[in-house]
Amino acid sequence: MAAEGSPTSTSYISHHLKHLAEPVGPGGFWTIHVDTVIVSVLLGLVGIGLVWAVARKATAGVPGRGQAFVELVFDFVDDQARSIFHGDVNKFVGPAALTVFLWVLLMNATSFLPIDLLASVVHLTGVDEFRPVPTADVNTTFALALTVWALMIYFSVAVKGFGGWMHEIFCTPFGSNPLLWVLNLLFNLVELVSKPLSHALRLFGNLYAGEIIFLLLWVWAATGLVGAVGGFVLGLGWSIFHLLIVPLQAYIFMMLTVVYIAMAHESH
Amino acid sequence: MNMTATMIAQAVTFLAFILFTVKFVWPPLLAAIEERRTKIADGLAAADKGARSLEDAQVKINAMVEEARGQARSIIDQAQSRANGIVDEARVNATQERERILKSAQAEVDQQINRARDELRTQVAAITVAGAEQILGREIDARAHQDLLDKLAAQI
Repeated sequence: MAAEGSPTSTSYISHHLKHLAEPVGPGGFWTIHVDTVIVSVLLGLVGIGLVWAVARKATAGVPGRGQAFVELVFDFVDDQARSIFHGDVNKFVGPAALTVFLWVLLMNATSFLPIDLLASVVHLTGVDEFRPVPTADVNTTFALALTVWALMIYFSVAVKGFGGWMHEIFCTPFGSNPLLWVLNLLFNLVELVSKPLSHALRLFGNLYAGEIIFLLLWVWAATGLVGAVGGFVLGLGWSIFHLLIVPLQAYIFMMLTVVYIAMAHESH
Repeated sequence: MNMTATMIAQAVTFLAFILFTVKFVWPPLLAAIEERRTKIADGLAAADKGARSLEDAQVKINAMVEEARGQARSIIDQAQSRANGIVDEARVNATQERERILKSAQAEVDQQINRARDELRTQVAAITVAGAEQILGREIDARAHQDLLDKLAAQI
């Protein structure tokens, strides 16, 4: 704990929900959450770098343990992508799904780190605010979801042409009668808006809620012996449940990515 | 939870990671896995082929064993018949030999009998002559009564 004296529940929680922010320009928007960026880039480099290191030395013969594990993940992602996307998975969808899965999984997994221990380590460098879970930062989830959204639009145009995409926007799902154009457009706009929203907020909500519950448990744990024992037991329970949530949310995020990009390739 | 430029940084990072995976991570993994899959498929095909050729060989072996068995049987049959032939021949030869020996023995016996009879005859003639000399008290000219003596001897 970095706060001086004994913190109140509110100050404890709000302290842990404060990003290490660095302004890069005028206005509230032009701020970088340094903690989010550092942790996510680091995790991405480590995760994808490890897989890359294995992939570089991949042999077609008997695989080592590392390669076998990477291949397990590869096959899992490849199977999922193939079951949804009926084009050449290897060109883009497969690698994109693998990237999303690995990265999001690692970013989610940082929620297992003991937050106060981490905070005290970070505090040694003179930094007070530090949130280690990038996917509990709405900026990360929206960045990913909007990138996928942009890719979706890119592939819609690339595969069907701009005219084809527009035709889809105006003439589906209700029909190509000019009277229905407005209705179709509205429907598709709702879909276009809801896709990145649900994509981003589902991941963010799950991880953020997980973080908050951990914080609440730690607040309780600071109240005395009963709280410490209760906080430990419930914290253990929630950690175990979180073991399920972390890969599940990574999986869902990957699947939605594949689904959205696959939908962009299919014409109605 | 405020929207900040972090989003831009994260999106750029995300795109970079995706492109890196597309270019450098996915292809070698895919190549290794595909190559191993081909190898395994080849191996399975070879195993199948091996099993099939083993089956063929088994069939061939069975045919050869059957043939050899047939040959052995016919050789045994031939030998059997050959042995029977030899035994029969030997029997025939032995029978002939026995006949021949019997015949020659018989001939010898006959010869002996004849010789004995001839001798006997001459002796009978001599005895007769001697008896007649005793009875008559004098010598008989055997030559003068030769035809008589011969007739007597032939009657015996």
